[in-house]
Amino acid sequence: MIQLETLPAALFPGQDSLSWIFQVIFTLLFIVFVFYGQRIQMYIMVREIQGSLLRLKYIRDEGRKIAIATIKEIGKPEADPAERVNQFLEYITIPPESMDPAGVVWKLEHILDVRENRFKDEVKLMAPAADKTDINNLENTLEAAAALNLIYKVIRHFYILGKKTLSLYIIMQIQMILPLIMREAEAYASALKAFSYGQPIGDGAGALVAAKLMHGHRKRKIEKDCVVAKVPLESRTAYVIKAEGPGGNVGKPGEAIKRVVEENKGKISTIIMIDAQLKLEGEKPGEVVEGVGAAIGGPGIEQYKIEDSILKYKIPINAVAIKEDIGDAVSPMRKEIFDATEVAVGLVKRAIKEKTKEGDTVIIAGIGNSIGVGQ
Amino acid sequence: MRKAAEVSTRRFSSIILIVIIVVLALSLAALYQAYELFVLNDPNMGYYLLIGIIGLALSTYMLFQTRRQIRKFTLKSPPIVTTIICPECNFKNIRNFERGDYILKELGQCTKCKGKMMISAIYREVKEKVKEEKVFT
Repeated sequence: MIQLETLPAALFPGQDSLSWIFQVIFTLLFIVFVFYGQRIQMYIMVREIQGSLLRLKYIRDEGRKIAIATIKEIGKPEADPAERVNQFLEYITIPPESMDPAGVVWKLEHILDVRENRFKDEVKLMAPAADKTDINNLENTLEAAAALNLIYKVIRHFYILGKKTLSLYIIMQIQMILPLIMREAEAYASALKAFSYGQPIGDGAGALVAAKLMHGHRKRKIEKDCVVAKVPLESRTAYVIKAEGPGGNVGKPGEAIKRVVEENKGKISTIIMIDAQLKLEGEKPGEVVEGVGAAIGGPGIEQYKIEDSILKYKIPINAVAIKEDIGDAVSPMRKEIFDATEVAVGLVKRAIKEKTKEGDTVIIAGIGNSIGVGQ
Repeated sequence: MRKAAEVSTRRFSSIILIVIIVVLALSLAALYQAYELFVLNDPNMGYYLLIGIIGLALSTYMLFQTRRQIRKFTLKSPPIVTTIICPECNFKNIRNFERGDYILKELGQCTKCKGKMMISAIYREVKEKVKEEKVFT
């Protein structure tokens, strides 16, 4: 048992002054970590967020600069567009109230239509010399810049709030999802460059499949920003639909499918939709898979319309999905995805042969952004 | 298309600098003590040597962190290639992407057969840095 008079010697062993100093330092460090361990951990997290925030700020500023430079190059504006671009980046869209969900799809569609028209008008004012394709590309460029601005502002909000409240939980929740947010921001930065140059992006894989099928056939415009071609395919008649390219545009494929179904009085043997699909980690980019259902992303309005019209006539619907990650979806199309479109064309033809009879009518819809993809 | 910018990322307070210097001084003293004990053939030499090396490593690392105030950020854009083919004679031409290119765009006459040239592909080639997970395929 330790005697009271020997306690100091037990706590501070050693004969020389140096070992005393070390013992004091270690004891102090122990006390500091007991009482301030969480705060130290928080400061480390804050520093990590600060570093990412600086990177986000740089990406955001670069995005803004690219957008302004592209507007100046293509649009030949008389005045400096910087002020208008700044206003554009801060635009807000207020979604409709959904306490009474009946009819919310149409309310949302209306709001999104108003938003799109407003954006297009703004771009026309900013870039008076731009043609239709350029306007679509510039609108996409500005939307990517606006997305980067929003990401930066949200992270900055949590960073400042965390520092103000000194709440570990506010800091921790943002620090935990930070790698995913940074990946998304970097993807938008790549998208911004692709949009400003009019390069095809990964998301346009579905549109490219449709473009390959309809190439060389007569096209007509159908519904908003979509084109359709009547193509003889494997002894069947295929209505191939895609968003009109080569400008950045997704169109309203749901509305287009609905129109073609109505034009044919519901006598459609099957609908095949081709779209890019977010892959899981471990899956290969450019992997092509088949399934059923309406293969279309976005806010859900177009999917709702397609499901509504197929239900009315009980039309079977098939899906072909090309796997890619978020970075690939908005970056210039990578070779694996481009090659996968050829595989998808083969799968579409096989599905038509297996699921329909000769002389039947089918709809093939290539979904996605048609930037850099003609028809 | 490659741009770089230099952004100041961190500033260290003078208190942290003082702490680093103190730790550095103590580490050096511990190493000296270890040397003294080594001369005297004292078995406690190992503890001092360990403490000195750990302290020295930590303080040097932190000191280098304070020097790393400038960090380079880059937004890289990979090379995009455009493939032009003549559907009639299969003559192929691959060049870098130019503004205005799009897939299925019809270009001028083929230099070989006078047929119509067309852009058949626009893509980027990605060299994967991360090793593929072979076990869980």
